[in-house]
Amino acid sequence: MLQEQRPIPTQGILSEEEWLAEQAQRSVWTGPLNKFIDLLDLIYNWGRRNSIWPMGFGLACCAIEMMCTSATRFDIARFGMELFRATPRQADLMIVAGTLTKKMAPAVVRLYNQMAEPKYVVAMGACASGGGPFKEGYNVVSGVDKLIPVDVYVPGCPPTPQALLYGLMQLQKKIDRQSIREVPWYRKGISEGVPEPILGPDLIDARRLEEITAFTADPEKLAARALQLHTPTKGEKKE
Amino acid sequence: MVAHTPAVPDTPIHLTDPHVVAEHIKTQYPDAVEAVSAQSIVLKKEHLLDVARYLHDTLAFDYLNNVTSVDWLDHFEVVYHLSSMERGGAPLTLKVNTPRDNPSVPSLVPVYRGADFQEREVYDMMGIRFEGHPYLRRILMWEGFEGYPLRKDYKEPYYEEEKKPFGSRWDQGYHILAEDRNPWHDNVQYPANFDALAYKPPRDTVPVVEATRAALTRLRTDKIVLNFGPQHPSTHGVLRLKVTLDGETVYAVEPVLGYLHRNHEKIGERNTYLGNMPFTDRLDYFNAMANNLAYAITVEKMLGIKPPERAEYIRVIMSELSRWQNHASALGFIYNELGAFYTPFMYAFEERELILDLFEAVAGSRMMCNYMRFGGVARDVTDDFMDKCKYLVNERLPRRTDELETYMAKNELFLSRAKNIGILPRDLAINYSTAGPVLRASGVKYDIRRAEPYSIYDRFEFDIPTGTVGDLYDRFMVRFAEMRQSIKILKQALEQIPPGEIMTGKKNYQVRVPKGDAYGRAENPKGELGFYIVSDGSPNPYRYHVRAPSFINLTALNQMCVGHKVADMIVILGSIDIVMGEVDR
Repeated sequence: MLQEQRPIPTQGILSEEEWLAEQAQRSVWTGPLNKFIDLLDLIYNWGRRNSIWPMGFGLACCAIEMMCTSATRFDIARFGMELFRATPRQADLMIVAGTLTKKMAPAVVRLYNQMAEPKYVVAMGACASGGGPFKEGYNVVSGVDKLIPVDVYVPGCPPTPQALLYGLMQLQKKIDRQSIREVPWYRKGISEGVPEPILGPDLIDARRLEEITAFTADPEKLAARALQLHTPTKGEKKE
Repeated sequence: MVAHTPAVPDTPIHLTDPHVVAEHIKTQYPDAVEAVSAQSIVLKKEHLLDVARYLHDTLAFDYLNNVTSVDWLDHFEVVYHLSSMERGGAPLTLKVNTPRDNPSVPSLVPVYRGADFQEREVYDMMGIRFEGHPYLRRILMWEGFEGYPLRKDYKEPYYEEEKKPFGSRWDQGYHILAEDRNPWHDNVQYPANFDALAYKPPRDTVPVVEATRAALTRLRTDKIVLNFGPQHPSTHGVLRLKVTLDGETVYAVEPVLGYLHRNHEKIGERNTYLGNMPFTDRLDYFNAMANNLAYAITVEKMLGIKPPERAEYIRVIMSELSRWQNHASALGFIYNELGAFYTPFMYAFEERELILDLFEAVAGSRMMCNYMRFGGVARDVTDDFMDKCKYLVNERLPRRTDELETYMAKNELFLSRAKNIGILPRDLAINYSTAGPVLRASGVKYDIRRAEPYSIYDRFEFDIPTGTVGDLYDRFMVRFAEMRQSIKILKQALEQIPPGEIMTGKKNYQVRVPKGDAYGRAENPKGELGFYIVSDGSPNPYRYHVRAPSFINLTALNQMCVGHKVADMIVILGSIDIVMGEVDR
């Protein structure tokens, strides 16, 4: 088709440069580059958004609703997402379905790091979004976004399958808006993983080691903290 | 081993009465009893093990329901509930006091192996040492965690006040975000002079296990340790197993729990009584209705009220619908574990969706129903609900049960993989404190709906299906039989349900429970769900303990798995039917 549109000159012998230029004209797209990339994005994203493979990874109650979503009535296969992969290496999407506890936090971060780019995270339910009803618990991480980046939050306790599907459709919209021009996984260099938290006397965020050491060595700050803990909050007003 | 049949004394005695039992104990150990009340016997801790052995061997208290502890600020109290499989009836309560500094109590593992995980949990949460326990380590939190969370002086990082409703939640209160109240802006706290830079976490260890079945093969082989989970498609959530293997044969299994430890008990102590109701939904999230019922009857026991007739019937209907869908899904999961991925479970989920529709119609939520109240239920059922429910119970559920049985129970491949796998003999099933279908599959005819009838279960006609061998196949078939019995109960209940009130007294947000303690239990689809509640007369429970059947059933996992292949271990785990929300609480 391209050949027909641009007829080959029949007169004269071409110099090497001219021949090269002509060859380039024949076999290379010569429209505006942006348009081509847009077209490429469209095809690329269409393929990706309709074949998101979630990781089969349920933490708590929400996992049951996630299973209902994949079962007959709600049928997640309509979105090309029915392939729940058991290994993070084959998964594109991590649905954090349930309460993230401190004991589980290192494992979740490790799983996230093991997933290949492009990867997405959906925080399903109140617990994964912000701690939910168990936020005050001593073993609960208040929201998975404290550790790993989250793309879509689905509220509910647990969210109904319809809500999860809606959240996944939002994720599809997000994927549609991505362009290979700026996606992180085509940039130069190796993307850094999230440092795994450490299970110490409490959960230790590996990014805050110095801060924690400095804080606990300072008796004044600790005393201030003790005061803060036991100050009654009844009727308190913010200035 | 405990392979003897206990001999019951000839004299007819009412062994549910603590006074009578105390008299018996005094004949053997005159100074073992410290005090006796109408509810409990307080023992001296030096004599605890001897008395337990005596109760087990002579008075046939062969089943340890529950072990827990209460922090009384000046001392700790360890509470045991014992019952007899033969006699049934209410459990006997034993209490042992131990001082607050350096607390320790003799371990009951030599007598009741079901105490294993429960004592570890008490140690983890309260810091009480159990002398003689074979492997006393933290079970829900990790090794190296600072503090014992269920002690009354432990303050969690997001601590706001002792009791709910918090001052900040009143009209004039101003709520400060939990993150802003904490100097780390996160749910963490560290001890003074903690050097995070130099911190090395303790190494993950495997217990040195004694081979239950020695010399599986004559070849000299090395043992390897296989880590399994917490992210694995067939661990029912976030269970982790440390499996010691000899070739491909399982040598020992150690479940590592706590990956879903959501602090139900600590939060429950801060909550009001009614505020705990939605939390019980999230224990065994397959059976929110049944959990509600167990909690409601425990608090009603303390309040001394009874719900009206109609409410009782509604409760039974909800509870049995819940049982059907739980068992159907559990059977699907067993097949999942065998390799028939998803298909059988999809058949079960078709009907489950219809049952969830009914729950949604009455409670407003598919799974987390929060439906029962103290003295009744939250909303009345409509005629439309009754019609749909009758259609479901009379038409669809029996048909689907038959269908599933045809597909699943007679499958040749299934039979060869299920028969004689994971045998749990009768005496061990009792000794390990297993409950529910696991216990009944081992041939113990024990169902709390018959042994200590709650609600109105004594009015219905139904059988208690039991197995004979106690293998995987029996556990599978017991669930099928129970599904049929559930339908039988549902049919009777739907016919007999009377019109009338659904609530005793008026709706109340805050109940005042009289001082005292109570252990209430119900036969949940997974086993005996018990609540041990201590009230100090305030609107919040002083102690709120959950006896989780899945958690205690896991104690017997090692026993069932040893000597089988890894692939069988997965199916055995599936046949216990655990739910992590309940295991870890």
